[in-house]
Amino acid sequence: MLNGNKMSGENNMIYPVDISTQPVWNILSNIMDPEVPVLSILDLGIVRRVTVNDDAVEVVITPTYTGCPAVDMISTSIRMELLAAGYKSIQVLQVLSPAWTTEWMSEHGKKKLREYGIAPPNNVQQVCHHDRFVNDESVQCPHCRSWHTRMVSEFGSTACKSLYQCNDCQEPFDYFKCH
Amino acid sequence: MSLINYTLSLADSTLLLSQRNSEWCGHGPVLEQDIAITNLSLDLIGQARNFYQYAAMLKNDGSTEDTFAYTRDAREFNNLLLVELPNGDWGATILRQFFFSNYQFLLYTKLQQSNDEQLSAIAAKALKEVAYHLRWSSEWVIRLGDGTAESHRRINEALQELWPYTGEMFIPVSFEKELADLGTVPDPASLKTSWMEKTAEIFTAANLTLPGNVFMHTGGKEGTHSEHIGFILAEMQFLQRAYPGAEW
Repeated sequence: MLNGNKMSGENNMIYPVDISTQPVWNILSNIMDPEVPVLSILDLGIVRRVTVNDDAVEVVITPTYTGCPAVDMISTSIRMELLAAGYKSIQVLQVLSPAWTTEWMSEHGKKKLREYGIAPPNNVQQVCHHDRFVNDESVQCPHCRSWHTRMVSEFGSTACKSLYQCNDCQEPFDYFKCH
Repeated sequence: MSLINYTLSLADSTLLLSQRNSEWCGHGPVLEQDIAITNLSLDLIGQARNFYQYAAMLKNDGSTEDTFAYTRDAREFNNLLLVELPNGDWGATILRQFFFSNYQFLLYTKLQQSNDEQLSAIAAKALKEVAYHLRWSSEWVIRLGDGTAESHRRINEALQELWPYTGEMFIPVSFEKELADLGTVPDPASLKTSWMEKTAEIFTAANLTLPGNVFMHTGGKEGTHSEHIGFILAEMQFLQRAYPGAEW
């Protein structure tokens, strides 16, 4: 089994799959992030491990942002879906280490985000830095694909987003901020 | 016991600053900054929850994150005095956030090396968010300090008001000393030089002068608070005090 660090955001997520856990992964792939409902929790890269023992399941997840209120709801959704699928004993555990990073988001997920109107995280993010007035990074407008955009606010409608505006099409949009 | 007190101390400081910042909800100077300060609150409450959950696990007596936050009295809170002070104006709120984020950034950078796995994990996770807070608050200190005569006057007044509360971050109390001696957590005193350097750097850009040696207030980390904490707790704990165990 691959350990969590090996998970890659390139192309399709590489998940450790064996016969016993495959049905669980399939169920998890249909659970959406409540705040960005086009992304499944697998697209987000927050599921770290699944173990199955007969009808007992353990799912280990990691929060995206420390204060993300969606984590409790995601845990509940996982439990409900697995119960509905007939699993009896379900444990959903949260781990913090290693800390989640936007690099774990799948390419598929990034594409879906863009189609939804949210600019996906750049591969190399600059605004993570703690130094003041670091140059804003170039973020592509998810609507007209222009790179001629500007940051409006480092903080946006949820903990994971900052607010940008396109200088060409004038549309405001969210950017999935660095982490 | 020291580890529980230390963890609660980190939790209490982040919770109370989160509560203070959240008072700005709907009152920020512009919409974007209203959203920013409340997002900071959300990050801080997330950190507080992680620390409280860990403290509950260590204590193992039925305590939960909620009983820690909602049913302890002022003397049982081990937060820094700095975070319980009233918000004042936007300048004072920003300056306090800068002082605290600067401190948290240094503390968590070292704490991620801790041999205590859970403290290390929480610090590593939160550090990314704290870097964001530090950047945002640094920029605002400069904007206000080097802005108009009015903004400069106000943030300078806030500086005189808040500075005597910054020393407490670097003066270790018994549980910090004990854990630092074991090598579990950084000695708070060891953060001071870097903190002063960063503060001096931002102040130079902000056209603000570092105050000289003044008397530093202490006691918060050992439960001796200013009169302000009672008012925060009264508001924050009202529901659980009036309707114990209420859920929704």
